[in-house]
Amino acid sequence: MSVKVEDKLFLDRFNVDEESHLRLIDPEICMGRCQEQPCLYICPANVYKRESERISVNYEGCLECGSCRIGCPHFNIDWRFPRGGYGVRHKFG
Amino acid sequence: MEEKFDAAIVGAGPAGISAACILAERGVKVIVLERGEYPGSKNMFGGVLYGRSLERIIPDFAQKNCPIERNIVESRLSYLSEESSISLTYRDQAFFEKLQNNAFTVGRAKFDRWFADQARARGALLVCSTVVTDLLRDGAGRVVGVKTDRADGDLRARVVLLADGVNSPLAAKTGFRPEVKPGNVALAVKELIGLPEEVIDERFGVSAGNGVTNEILGNVTLGMNGVAFLYTNRRSVSLGIGANLSDFARERVRPYEMIERLKLHPAISPLIKGGKPLEYLAHWLPEGGFATVPRLFGDGFLIAGDSAMLFNALHREGSNLAMASGRLAAETILEAMGKNDFSSRTLQSYGQRMEESFVLKDLKKYRRFPSFLETHRELFTNLPRGASAAIREILTVDETPKKTRRRAAFEAIRGRMTSLRLLRLIWDAWRSVR
Ligand SMILES: Cc1cc2nc3c(=O)[nH]c(=O)nc-3n(C[C@H](O)[C@H](O)[C@H](O)COP(=O)(O)OP(=O)(O)OC[C@H]3O[C@@H](n4cnc5c(N)ncnc54)[C@H](O)[C@@H]3O)c2cc1C
Ligand code: SF4
Ligand code: SF4
Repeated sequence: MSVKVEDKLFLDRFNVDEESHLRLIDPEICMGRCQEQPCLYICPANVYKRESERISVNYEGCLECGSCRIGCPHFNIDWRFPRGGYGVRHKFG
Repeated sequence: MEEKFDAAIVGAGPAGISAACILAERGVKVIVLERGEYPGSKNMFGGVLYGRSLERIIPDFAQKNCPIERNIVESRLSYLSEESSISLTYRDQAFFEKLQNNAFTVGRAKFDRWFADQARARGALLVCSTVVTDLLRDGAGRVVGVKTDRADGDLRARVVLLADGVNSPLAAKTGFRPEVKPGNVALAVKELIGLPEEVIDERFGVSAGNGVTNEILGNVTLGMNGVAFLYTNRRSVSLGIGANLSDFARERVRPYEMIERLKLHPAISPLIKGGKPLEYLAHWLPEGGFATVPRLFGDGFLIAGDSAMLFNALHREGSNLAMASGRLAAETILEAMGKNDFSSRTLQSYGQRMEESFVLKDLKKYRRFPSFLETHRELFTNLPRGASAAIREILTVDETPKKTRRRAAFEAIRGRMTSLRLLRLIWDAWRSVR
């Protein structure tokens, strides 16, 4: 089944900061040592995508659940909350 | 900030605001720090609050324009296989009258803001758009305030209440409790689906602001340990589904695909037909139960709500544990103010209060429940299929003698699970909730 998560994220409101709150600590680990690459599957917003030579991080659509922080087997994600007032903004919740 | 506060509360969720209401009412100088632009802007849940718990904080909440979506009069539990559903429904006249608002739905963006306004009306100071990034400690390691991401970042307080929810990078950084492990949280996604009020009334057989909750289990979580839910709001329904985070990683299931599949299930799709997706959200639930509850206090700080992993998965209760723990933390802070001592020697009475309350009593009682779900995967794989096939046998009318039908029904289950396994399941289930 293929679902476009972009259509879902389109429903949400975001106050996007210029700077990312998510950073890959060592991109080499992603392409080298990380066999499973769970960040590509578990993220409910599909923030992490596999490009040809790297993993891209589309932090703008992050729903701030925390899953990639503890789900990355190499603890390779430097994870912060977006700055106060930035990030996702629920209308209903 | 130059000013010094008696109490600083991290997080304007049910736990933090409950504490703020009680402290402010008693004249304590209290500040609540919230990272969202407004309380609730970062929060989501299934949708059910419990009136008797809220009453302990705001006795006349219903008269104070609490943004109630629907008063719950009917609870359904559905067990779904790929093509069928077995349901148990309880509706009771008492929930219309005597027990009105025993349970009711809300949206967090509105509710948390309303709740925070009640605390402000009592004199609490609420500062939004502010992330607490660290704890301030003195030379002896006692917590004496918090660091924030504001320019004038540090804030000193005599005591800090950590009510920052389950996803706590602050815990990971400062170690006030251990960082959670993927096996101890469920990741849930929820979609808000807009429908006209009359359509919801008709589909769920309710009217006049009353509503229904439906818990959903079975194959819908694709073999993973998890649950789904469908709750009625005034002009929308909340459809959500979640599973253990380590299961997601192992099975490589994408959360948004799982919810999309759920929408197509023959028991669900007629209920949401024609609805308009309005919002898509994700959040964790603390699932580890009693074993993962940390030490609830230390020198100069207390922990309440989801931040302390307080969640009763069997009864879908979290907001009430958050409110009760926030209230008990506030009572402890009042005691500490009286003694002018915020060391763990005084704050340990919070631990006692919690032990004596339903919060830890319930979590202790169900301490085996998390591992029960983990070790009985058939609940999410073969059992729903077997149960459905068995009932189908019994309900099929085609002049086959009942004796043959009954045997076939039995075989439908036994073909998928040995009798021993079935007995084990029943035994373990009973033990886990006894
Ligand atoms: C899908 C789902 C369904 C659920 N269904 C139900 C249900 O039907 N009924 C029920 O009772 N419970 C339910 N729960 C559980 C319930 O939502 C929680 O138990 C409850 O919200 C806990 O309240 P809290 O105040 O402890 O934490 P939260 O509600 O998480 O509040 C924490 C607050 O702290 C803020 N914060 C966090 N970190 C910082 C920081 N560093 N600085 C500043 N602010 C910060 C957050 O923005 C947030 O506002 C559900 C949960 C989920 C995810
Ligand atoms: S899981 Fe961690 S290490 Fe692996 S690809 Fe993703 S970020 Fe990189
Ligand atoms: S925090 Fe959640 S939504 Fe954000 S990138 Fe990580 S997994 Fe995705």
